[in-house]
Amino acid sequence: MCGYCGCSQTEPTAHGHGHHDHEHGHDHDHGHEHETIRFEQSLLAKNDKLAERNRGFFLGRGIAAVNIVSSPGSGKTALLERTVSDIGGDTRVAVIVGDLATDNDAARLKKHGTPAVQITTGTVCHLDAHMVLHALEQLDTHGLQILFIENVGNLVCPSSFDLGEDRRVVMMSVTEGEDKPLKYPTMFHGADLVIVNKSDIAEAVEFHRDTALANIREMAPRADILEVSAKTGAGMDAWYAWLKKLSETKSAAAR
Amino acid sequence: MHEFGLAQNLLNTILEQSQERGFSRVHGITMRIGKMSGVVEDAFSFAFESLAEGTLAEGAKLSIEDVPIRCYCTDCGTEFECAEWSYRCPTCNGISTELRSGQEMDLVSMEIS
Ligand SMILES: Nc1nc2c(ncn2[C@@H]2O[C@H](COP(=O)(O)OP(=O)(O)O)[C@@H](O)[C@H]2O)c(=O)[nH]1
Ligand SMILES: [Mg+2]
Ligand SMILES: [Zn+2]
Ligand SMILES: [Zn+2]
Ligand SMILES: [Zn+2]
Repeated sequence: MCGYCGCSQTEPTAHGHGHHDHEHGHDHDHGHEHETIRFEQSLLAKNDKLAERNRGFFLGRGIAAVNIVSSPGSGKTALLERTVSDIGGDTRVAVIVGDLATDNDAARLKKHGTPAVQITTGTVCHLDAHMVLHALEQLDTHGLQILFIENVGNLVCPSSFDLGEDRRVVMMSVTEGEDKPLKYPTMFHGADLVIVNKSDIAEAVEFHRDTALANIREMAPRADILEVSAKTGAGMDAWYAWLKKLSETKSAAAR
Repeated sequence: MHEFGLAQNLLNTILEQSQERGFSRVHGITMRIGKMSGVVEDAFSFAFESLAEGTLAEGAKLSIEDVPIRCYCTDCGTEFECAEWSYRCPTCNGISTELRSGQEMDLVSMEIS
């Protein structure tokens, strides 16, 4: 299907041995020589290679790529809807959004006039670099400044899959409990930015802000922290400033 | 959660290698899996065993070496193991920002014939 990344060759190969070979079975006593071969190869080698390709693509065009992960329902799409409508006038933005099923999220984003590509992953609980590479083929990336990638709602495995992004944003909302960072240490450790969303209802759900922030700092030592409400727009200016700085750095590097 | 996909990657790698190096049977596989890789070993073994049925790796013994999470404190230079998910440096109580190991999902060796 695509010579670009060779994906037609990586389809699972069914190497049936057939019925007769089966009788031969796994038998250690029939005299053949066993040999140990050593090699070091990550199971994610292919993903990492394609992620590097995406990274090169972004670098060459000066595109800032932001991978956003959270549990389902934290408000990733809501954040992006507000973001693209607020900054989409001055900044060229596009969104790639992953869900197990439906293209509802892409439709929500397109309503704001933003180019959006939906990836439906079926049973796969994360986006990988290969999916992003093909989604990019459906976008006009000329002059694109910021590419948002909304990952599948899942705080576990997206942490293992490099997409070639510049920054990884982990979002949690105030309804998810102050100990969320303690429960998903791998994901939080990889965060460049942690966004705490739904600040508008923090009081109603008795969100313990200090505890939550302390937990984030403990588990995500590299990350900046922003508190926002995608619903009311509170705190969004700091997010736009963060994006602007990233985009400026990236486009300067491409010149 | 994605153990099936990873096990499929392992099987694909084995099949590629068998063509490249010309072996016809895999008896054992050694992997190195970091404590921070997110891989659930039992689920991974189960997925691999199921997928390997009817292939040259059917019945292969899968051995997994665990790799601890090791951090490096950029403040004082101590290298330490992150026990119980704490990145706090035991020497200076600073928060380590660098991981030295723990994210591995590597195929290390295979016993073949
Ligand atoms: N109160 C409140 N609700 C929000 C906020 N952001 C998102 N939501 C609601 O949370 C639900 C899930 O949001 P969505 O953007 O689809 O989450 P996603 O699964 O992370 O993309 C929706 O009902 C949103 O209206 C917010 O800042 N405040
Ligand atoms: Mg969404
Ligand atoms: Zn492809
Ligand atoms: Zn997954
Ligand atoms: Zn220290």
